[in-house]
Amino acid sequence: MTTMDRPVQEIGRDRRRKEDRRLITGRTRWTDNQAITGLLHISIVRSPFAHADIKGIDTSAAKQVPGVVGVYTAADLGADAVQLPCAWPITKDMKAPQRPALAGGRVNFAGEGVAVVVARSAAIAKDAAELIEVDYAELDPVLDMEEALKEGATLVHPELGTNENAQWVFDSGEAGSGGSAAEAIAKAEKADDQVVVRRRFRQQRLVPVFMEPRSTVVDPTGEQLVMWSSTQIPHILKTMLALTLGLPENKVRVIAPDVGGGFGGKIAVAPEEVVTLLVARKLGKPVKWTETRSESLLTAHHGRDQIQDLTVSVTRDGKITGLDVKLIADMGAYLGLVGPGVPILGAFMFNAIYKIPAYRFDCTNVFTTKTLTDAYRGAGRPEATFGIERMMDEVALELGIEPMELRKRNWISHEEFPFTTVSTLTYDTGNYEAATDQAMAMFDYAGLRREQDERRKRGDVKQLGIGISTFTEMCGLAPSRVLGSLDYGAGGWETASIRMLPTGKAEVVVGVSPHGQGHETAFSQIVADKLGIPFDDVEILHGDTQSSYRGLDTYGSRSLAVGGIAMVKAAEKVIEKAKPIAAHMLEASEDDLEFTAGKFGVKGTDKGVGIADVALAVFAAHDYPEGIEPDIDAHATFDPENFSFPHGTHLCAVEVDTETGFVQLHRYVCVDDVGTVINPLIVEGQVHGGLAQGIAQALYEEAPYDESGTLLSGTLVDYTLPSAADLISFDTANTSTPSTTNPLGVKGVGEAGTIASTPAVVNAVLDAVRQYGVADIDMPTTPFRVWTAINSAKGTAGRGDEANVASPGAGLGSNVKDSSVKNQGGAL
Amino acid sequence: MIPASFDYVRPTTVGEAVQALSDGGDDAKLLAGGQSFIPVLRLRMGDPSLVVDLGGIAELRGVREEGDAIVVGAMTTHHDVTRDELLGRHVALIAEATRTVADPQVRHRGTLGGALAHADPAGDLAAPTLALDAELVVVGPSGERRVPASEFFEDYFTTAIGPTEILTAIRFPKYTGWGARYEKFNRVAQAWSIVAVAATVKVDGGKITDARIGLTNMAGTPVRARGVESALVGQSMSEETVRAAAQAAAEGTSPTSDADAGSDYREHLARVLTGRAVLAAAG
Repeated sequence: MTTMDRPVQEIGRDRRRKEDRRLITGRTRWTDNQAITGLLHISIVRSPFAHADIKGIDTSAAKQVPGVVGVYTAADLGADAVQLPCAWPITKDMKAPQRPALAGGRVNFAGEGVAVVVARSAAIAKDAAELIEVDYAELDPVLDMEEALKEGATLVHPELGTNENAQWVFDSGEAGSGGSAAEAIAKAEKADDQVVVRRRFRQQRLVPVFMEPRSTVVDPTGEQLVMWSSTQIPHILKTMLALTLGLPENKVRVIAPDVGGGFGGKIAVAPEEVVTLLVARKLGKPVKWTETRSESLLTAHHGRDQIQDLTVSVTRDGKITGLDVKLIADMGAYLGLVGPGVPILGAFMFNAIYKIPAYRFDCTNVFTTKTLTDAYRGAGRPEATFGIERMMDEVALELGIEPMELRKRNWISHEEFPFTTVSTLTYDTGNYEAATDQAMAMFDYAGLRREQDERRKRGDVKQLGIGISTFTEMCGLAPSRVLGSLDYGAGGWETASIRMLPTGKAEVVVGVSPHGQGHETAFSQIVADKLGIPFDDVEILHGDTQSSYRGLDTYGSRSLAVGGIAMVKAAEKVIEKAKPIAAHMLEASEDDLEFTAGKFGVKGTDKGVGIADVALAVFAAHDYPEGIEPDIDAHATFDPENFSFPHGTHLCAVEVDTETGFVQLHRYVCVDDVGTVINPLIVEGQVHGGLAQGIAQALYEEAPYDESGTLLSGTLVDYTLPSAADLISFDTANTSTPSTTNPLGVKGVGEAGTIASTPAVVNAVLDAVRQYGVADIDMPTTPFRVWTAINSAKGTAGRGDEANVASPGAGLGSNVKDSSVKNQGGAL
Repeated sequence: MIPASFDYVRPTTVGEAVQALSDGGDDAKLLAGGQSFIPVLRLRMGDPSLVVDLGGIAELRGVREEGDAIVVGAMTTHHDVTRDELLGRHVALIAEATRTVADPQVRHRGTLGGALAHADPAGDLAAPTLALDAELVVVGPSGERRVPASEFFEDYFTTAIGPTEILTAIRFPKYTGWGARYEKFNRVAQAWSIVAVAATVKVDGGKITDARIGLTNMAGTPVRARGVESALVGQSMSEETVRAAAQAAAEGTSPTSDADAGSDYREHLARVLTGRAVLAAAG
């Protein structure tokens, strides 16, 4: 195929993913598959206690095991002196403990590493690790966030003098972006025509549970130390390793080969990565660490875990006048790479799609003796979306207004874009009406409300509940100056380079680092269109700091909305550089050339040369214009001016078995506006996966600790993940208002499903059981919790009168007018 | 998977396997399909000195008819149980319950004998085996003996199989023409049962003429809901009578409490699920 007969536009095509053949047939190499001659294996000895002083470590028996090369404590490696980086000091006076690679004197969460065995095989290392005797003196664990903040609480890190990491406040009255929420609420409390609604919600602790466990191989034998790692952030990792360990950055190469999932869980400079490196350098030999699933569940960072106190003031006809959000967020025992900033991202999203005139956000981060928390798909935004979307239903209930109608009365109408929100973001585009109308039609909202009504009237064992979530999110992290204003430790730009090969093919080197997203496919489509060359002629190179030397990696739905634009800019530069050469080849003036479908044509003639011809011409370099270099390769860095703001309307119907408490998804419809769609198949896949994870937070997942600080979900038997068998066929669709903040018009899609779906499901569950007097159910809404909630509420509240529960909207449960009182002090 | 190291033998006859087990001492363990044993090894919850793999013994596989009984070789996989024509016709309850075990991959490896010998109270196959009054054939150094299901399950993960004995077959009486339903309640499809009810009933002329009901995870062993059985027999088939009879389902049980269910909730589930199982079986 030549460049001349490219018939189709690639952008918008539902191409199957080009990377899948090698991934699903096992013809790739994960980090754990790296086979290097003389490779040694390590096993890490971990603390079974949440909080304890280490009195001594006896490694003598382990050292005697045949095949063991070395046994090291923290001090042997200097691992206790390492300060693993936190790149997001959210306040000037933030309290940050030293986070070692291995614990020296004290362990601060169950699972923290205390020693390491190096052996000729992973099995020998594991056997020997079991022979290490550690003498612990147990300390009191710190488990409850609110207790931890009280005077006299046991301190996780006594040297900090407090368990409070930081308090971060945004007040629209002070920022000038709105009024004072405190004043608005105080005024509402005295006003007859306003209501104040207070609720407490709990965001449970989750585990990202990526498919491929973490793994790191370090080969120190070459001139450059090479680290392969199952990471989302090879570039950041390289720079951070250099800064943290004092290595010359030019002597470090990091490779993220194919990576099997991350969901934020691999945005880290992990202690194990550092330990592996330290051991490799000490021995001068290549070393590998690969975690077990239980190690992953126990020690890879967790996500969410917040207590949310929300106060809304609202007029009786449903106009919100003020929103106050008070969060307590569990950091766990240490600060992760961006951990303290995760809940702060929520500050910009609690106001969501609504016009809220007065807003205050106040978040206190707290240390506990648990596994640290950090980014997990959505990072701060699912928590915020849950809070506000649950609250909208609660307000609707208080006012007796249909929940979608309440949202309509408060959302930004499509004529009002661009719209600057009370939390100071400027939403460029969106159309909440269009997405909602389409979703309501697909869902048959009215029909399901009727069915719900009928089931209630006949006292069906299986009651129907309907839940709404109208969400937006900020993604495409991020404008560098915004990150700077938030004291984030890096910029938000992204880069791409295009290398035009002599045969007309293109190698595109990207700074983003895929771990399941389908970048190779989507990016090939973009570059193929921009350069007018076939899809199959584009190769996407990523994840190796030697080829891709500049990048900020993949998280926050930024790869397309930021990285994709860098590719567009690089392609434009290629064309710009090729133009004078094409003109020279055509003996025409540059001004007479136009570039379309891969070809420079002379206007008004049929003369032309393809971009591939130019690539060959500069390779031969036998004849090219004077004064320019024979090279059409290009490199571009794109720093976005703004985030992108995908939005959507998610509607969920559930059947609640009132005899058993079991919640069965009945229908799920979502209409998402993610701007221009590059590949509909990949977008749909992202939405489906996102929905599964968001639904799982609502119904299945939780990482609980017992009273001694032991994680109770240390295997996938105990950490309940859904499979396809538990979910239903989702009905997804897209509306599109292209983003105006980037030339492709794209918005992020990687997190949308996760952010939106959780409140839709919980709202639906509650909608089904409020008729029995249930006010709230903590996530995950397990059958046991739902049954218990129904049973205990029945004992106190009884059923509402039929007339009230039967009418849609009022049917949300207008019999629970005192729910604000019942809700004080937490859920069931 | 990195288990502690162990010796491994793969005999080809039951006699060799019994010999290996006897020679192997206290720490010798049998490997059937590995459905539970492999995770035990992987998590290092056990560290046997010797693993005797029964996978090479052809005589332990397959289903055959022997007079009034259907005999299932202990190493017959779940997958084969669910597809077997004899079982489908005469012992529908065991096939029905087996379809709910784990996921397709596990059902291709896991075995009926392995599951019963493991005796996990949350496992799905013990309750139907008990309800069906099966006999378990056990072979040891001194020969073969048959243990009634009612005497086979002794406690959590404990059966009547002696330390040098091997479960070789399960003999089910025929329940030709009986309706069957295994009503399993769990949080996600591949999770263990929180509670499950195995019910098989014979309905004649609108009347329940016989019933067998076993409960999963309502005690350290499977429990026979005899109170429900006797309340059902002779009753006209109706939702009301079945629900009323099912109220006796939790009698004699001693369910555990955990994060997924309190004991009172389990008792409640036993009653609800028994009603549903019997109605479905009779339907």
